[in-house]
Amino acid sequence: MGLIDNRIPVHMEKTPGGGVMMTRLASLLGKVPGVNAAVNEAKASSMWYMLFGLACCAIELMATGASKYDFDRLGMIFRATPRQTDLMIVAGTLTLKMAPRVKLLYDQMPEPKYVIAMGGCTIHGGPFYHDSYSVLKGVDKIIPVDIHVAGCPPRPEALMNGCLALQDLIRTEKLGHDRDRPGLRQITERQVPGMPPINHLPPGGALIRPNEIPILG
Amino acid sequence: MALKLEQIRDRLRARFPEHIIVEDLNNMAALVIPQEIYHDVVWFLKSDEELDFDYLEFETCADHPPDLLAFVCYLRSLGHGHRIALKINLDRNQPSLPSLADLYANADWNEREIFDLFGVIFHNHPDLRRLMMPEDWTGHPLRKDYLHPNVVKRPD
Amino acid sequence: MLTTEEFELNMGPQHPSTHGVLRMVLKMDGERVVSCEPIVGYLHRSIEKMAENRTFAQVIPVTDRLDYCTSMTSNYVYVMAVEALADITPPARGEYIRVIMTELNRIASHLLWYGTFCLEIGATTPFLYAFADREKVLDLFEMASGARLLYNFIRIGGVGREVSQKFLDKMMTFLDGWEPRIPMYEALLDENPIFYNRTKGVGYLSQEKAKHYGVSGPNIRASGIAMDVRKDAPFAAYSDLDFDIPVFQEGDVFARYRARMEEMRQSARILRQCFDKIPGGPSSIPLNYRIKIPEGETYQHIESARGDIGCYLVSRGGDMPWRCKFRTPSFVHIQIFRDLLPGVLIPDIMAICASFDIVLPETDR
Repeated sequence: MGLIDNRIPVHMEKTPGGGVMMTRLASLLGKVPGVNAAVNEAKASSMWYMLFGLACCAIELMATGASKYDFDRLGMIFRATPRQTDLMIVAGTLTLKMAPRVKLLYDQMPEPKYVIAMGGCTIHGGPFYHDSYSVLKGVDKIIPVDIHVAGCPPRPEALMNGCLALQDLIRTEKLGHDRDRPGLRQITERQVPGMPPINHLPPGGALIRPNEIPILG
Repeated sequence: MALKLEQIRDRLRARFPEHIIVEDLNNMAALVIPQEIYHDVVWFLKSDEELDFDYLEFETCADHPPDLLAFVCYLRSLGHGHRIALKINLDRNQPSLPSLADLYANADWNEREIFDLFGVIFHNHPDLRRLMMPEDWTGHPLRKDYLHPNVVKRPD
Repeated sequence: MLTTEEFELNMGPQHPSTHGVLRMVLKMDGERVVSCEPIVGYLHRSIEKMAENRTFAQVIPVTDRLDYCTSMTSNYVYVMAVEALADITPPARGEYIRVIMTELNRIASHLLWYGTFCLEIGATTPFLYAFADREKVLDLFEMASGARLLYNFIRIGGVGREVSQKFLDKMMTFLDGWEPRIPMYEALLDENPIFYNRTKGVGYLSQEKAKHYGVSGPNIRASGIAMDVRKDAPFAAYSDLDFDIPVFQEGDVFARYRARMEEMRQSARILRQCFDKIPGGPSSIPLNYRIKIPEGETYQHIESARGDIGCYLVSRGGDMPWRCKFRTPSFVHIQIFRDLLPGVLIPDIMAICASFDIVLPETDR
């Protein structure tokens, strides 16, 4: 590793498919007309999402992936492991017990990665906002969210619309620039009631041992 | 042959004459039994051939502050088709009961859930740990006086 | 003798085959399971606590989220408990509409189960077929209640909305088109030797064990016990309807699959009778929104797609429940994995888990 670092002292950006592209080269390529749009188009039209359902919305996610609505039209197919995915659709209620696992899954995904928060529960607790002691009120408290899809549960059309909006978002990205995610810094500083600060959670890849589950109450 | 609640009550009274077994006015299907004979009563209900309560539906509690924790368990006989609820009034400050896990397999998780959410200690339970909440959670959420920073009260 | 070291394998809470956020800690000896410890609670949403702070009518949408695959039945069992305490009898038409909705939802839920079960054991095509037909049922629900998944349709004293004759006609059109497709579903699997080998004799659940654990629904009927609340204690209009309870003696994954397929046929039979017998008149009684329920407690149970679902309701005379506990079938069915999984191979874990049709929010509540 050290050898390569010494010889190519450039910042590397991970691209879909597991390859790396050097930033300097990328910013040069970005000036060539059409390259930026082509890379973005490739990213936008092959968003592989993680097969990961939490609650009710997962059924609608399945229905969207199945015959009638057919996610494949958008180039979206499900992958069962976070290592192969570009997009995490958080479908359903996120509880405090599950929250560290979702953070772990997010950390395991390779860059560039996107998050769609599907359903009311992931936005601000949804129907579980009041009186619930065990529900995390908003998934954006632990991971940065690109698109929120409202509804309880959202209809498949709404989810498709959210995915199209995400594609539009990807098309505005600039090659060679770090993805601008101002939300991320705020998230690491935010305190969820009953949970330790999220940057105290173990980093991605580490096993969460039972005694490291956030102490609550 | 399905038995009526009165018949079951009379059989229990005959078997446990020194204890008070009464019908619960609030719950048309329930008998209130004292805490000491709970395990013996359930064992008798299960092993007696005419009663033959071989199916535990569920166990749960209802919290009535300041000092009552009402425990209830519903039993059913698949062969005869009758059912019964047993109610025990527990001391809310120090609730404890013998476990039914040796008689019915699904009592295991039911009791773990009650321990988790109400704080009832079950003696002779094979593995009494929290079921729903993380293991290091404090407090018993379904008690009426439970407070947690995560709870947002609903405006009326 | 060749021995291997035992190791622990953590399956879930994010795993494509656990149907939600179930976690299983498996102790393995090579490919064989030595012991299994299911861990739940990753979707504990405090539904029972929330029910204590809402009026009786406001709890109904919360019960939708209890079992999202058959939310009509979870609506229904709660409403039945409230009606038992308040001594309300819904009109006859309301009872029939409830039966129609419950049975349609059973079909939708079994189709969902069929699709995911096949996905678990490696067949993708049946999933696409099942979901295509499930969408037709959902269209019916959308027509009646306005929602696709969580309906909030069955209300205290009746139903949320009157159903039209157009709905009933459309239901019959659906049944006429869909019922001939059941043999096709079966032909996709039954004649497949791979499916046969993977399900026949796998995950045997004996009668005694099923009783001991409190198993219910199609799972206990696949083990040879004819237990069905619709027959044992008929609720709503079930006493007027003629239907059979499919019982299978084998107790394996294949029998549980057969039991559900036969149940779909029986549901279609019930729906056809409902269409003929449904009376006119009002479908619900108008009630005050903040209805006060007299003091008392009750336990009511009905047959959902997964089994015997019950609601234990305590009222202290106010307009909110004092305690509302749901007895759910999946809570029981997950416990049985401890007993069934030891000794099986890794691929059989998925087949067995899927055959029990577990739904996690119902378990965790």
